[in-house]
Amino acid sequence: MNTENNVPKVEMINVHKKFGSKVVLDGVSLKVNKGESLVIIGTSGTGKSVTIKCIQGLLCPDEGSIKVDGKEVTTMSEAELERINAKTGMLFQGAALFDSLCIWENVAFGLIQGKKMKRPEARKIAIEKLRQVGLSPEVAGLYPDEVSGGMKKRIGLARAIATEPELIFFDEPTTGLDPIMSDVINDLIRRCVDDLGATAITITHDMSSVRKIADKVAMLHKGKIIWSGTVQEMETTNDPFIKQFINGVKDGPIQPTV
Amino acid sequence: MNIFTKTGKMTINFFRSVGQLSIFTLNTISHIVRPPFYFKALWQQMIEIGFYSLPVVALTTLFSGMVIALQSYSGLSSLSSEGVVASVVELTITRELGPVLAALMVAGRVGAAMAAEIGTMRVTEQIDALTSLSTNPFKYLIVPRVLAGMLMLPLLLLVGDVIGIYGGYLISVYKLDFNDTNFLRNTWNFMQAIDIYSGMTKAAVFGFIVTLLGCYNGFNSKGGAEGVGAATTNAVVVSSILILVSNYWLTELFFAR
Repeated sequence: MNTENNVPKVEMINVHKKFGSKVVLDGVSLKVNKGESLVIIGTSGTGKSVTIKCIQGLLCPDEGSIKVDGKEVTTMSEAELERINAKTGMLFQGAALFDSLCIWENVAFGLIQGKKMKRPEARKIAIEKLRQVGLSPEVAGLYPDEVSGGMKKRIGLARAIATEPELIFFDEPTTGLDPIMSDVINDLIRRCVDDLGATAITITHDMSSVRKIADKVAMLHKGKIIWSGTVQEMETTNDPFIKQFINGVKDGPIQPTV
Repeated sequence: MNIFTKTGKMTINFFRSVGQLSIFTLNTISHIVRPPFYFKALWQQMIEIGFYSLPVVALTTLFSGMVIALQSYSGLSSLSSEGVVASVVELTITRELGPVLAALMVAGRVGAAMAAEIGTMRVTEQIDALTSLSTNPFKYLIVPRVLAGMLMLPLLLLVGDVIGIYGGYLISVYKLDFNDTNFLRNTWNFMQAIDIYSGMTKAAVFGFIVTLLGCYNGFNSKGGAEGVGAATTNAVVVSSILILVSNYWLTELFFAR
C-alpha cells in the first residue's frame, strides 16, 4: 500500500470550508488515483469549484487534510505550493484569460514564466495547442476581448494543458460551447488522460461530458460526497440522488433552490 | 441593530483591515527581496508611473509655483523683497507642495488605475489563474508596481521642483517685474541640500503608499463591478489621507528641533 505507485494523486479527508456563516464543504473525502479521470457532478452552488480550489491551495480549508502526491497541501509553504502548481493545470469556469496579453502569450504563459522557455519556441507550442482545441493560428495575435465566449473557454483549455501537467482541473469545460465543439473538447480531455497519463478532475453539469470523460464519478450535495463510483455503476445505480440528477427531473430528493 | 453591536462591528472591521493591510505590506516587502524578479513588468510600470504622469505633475507644480510667487508678494508686500519671494517659492515647492501634490496626482491617476486593474483581475479569477500557472501574484503584479512607485515618484518630483520654481520665476519676472538674475541667484543661494533630499524621501514614501494601497484594495476586492468600484474609491481616498498625515510626520522627522 505504501509503495510509490499506490499513493493516490489527490486525497481529501474530511475537508470543511465555511465562508462567514455559510458552510460550503461539510466533510468532503475523496481519492483520485494517478492517470484516472474523476468527474464531480452536483447542482449549482454545492461547492464543486471550492473543492478544486482547495486542492490547488487557492483556498485554505478550515479543517481536514488534502494531499497531492502524498504531500499535505494545507500546511505547505508558498514555495512548495508553487512547485506543486507547476505540475498542475486549471481551466477556470470563466476562462480567466489575462486581458493584458494576447492569445498565444496567454497559452504560453506557463511555458515562458514557469518553465523559462524562449518566446519563439513557446509560441510554436501555443499555436499547436490552439490547433488542438480547434482554433486557427490567425487568432494567436488577437486579445481576449476580441474573441467570443466559447473561444475564450477553448483558449483557457489550451493554456491549462500547454505545460503538459500531471494533474489537470477542468471547471465546466463545455459550458457555453455548441454540442459539436463540446464533443471535440471532451475528446481532448480524454486524450490528455489516455495519451499523456494525466490525472484529471472535471466539474460539469453536462451528462454527455460525464459519460465521455469519466473513469469515476462523484456526486457532491450540500457539501458532502453522497455517492461515488464508476460510470457503469452510475448508469445502473438505484441511488435516488444520482437517478434524479442524470435524468434531470425536478421531483426527487434534491430540492431545487429557488 | 443596537448601537453597541454597530460600534463593535465597526471596531472589529477596523482592526481586521489594519491587520490585513499590515500582513499585505510585510508580504510585499518580503517578496521584493526574493527572486524571481520580473524586470520587464518593472520597466513597464516605471514607464506608466514615471513617464505618463509627467504632464499632470508638471501642470500642478507649474501653477503652484506661480500662485506661491503671487501670494507671497501680495501677502508679504510690506516687507517684500525679491529675496523673500524667491525663497518662499523654493522652500514650499521642494519641501512641501511638490511632493504632496505630485503624490496626490499620482494617487488619482496611478493608484486608482492599479486598484481597478488588479480588482478586475481578482473578480475574473485572473489572479487565481496566475497562481495555478505557478507564478506568484505578489511577485508578478504587486512588487513591480510598488518598486516602480518608490523609484519614479522621487524622479518625478525632481522634474516637478524645476518646473515649480520656473513657475515662480515666470510670475516674478514677467508680472512683478523682478530682476531675473537676482531671482535665480536668490533661489540658488537659499537652497539647501536637505530641501531636495527631504522632498525626495517624502516622494519615495508617498510612492510606496499610493502603489501599495492601489494594489491592496484591488487584490482584496470582492464581487463584480461594484466591488472594483469600491476598491478604486478606497485606494484613492485612503492613500490621499495617508499622504497628508505621513507628510506631517516626515516633516517633523526632518525639520523639528
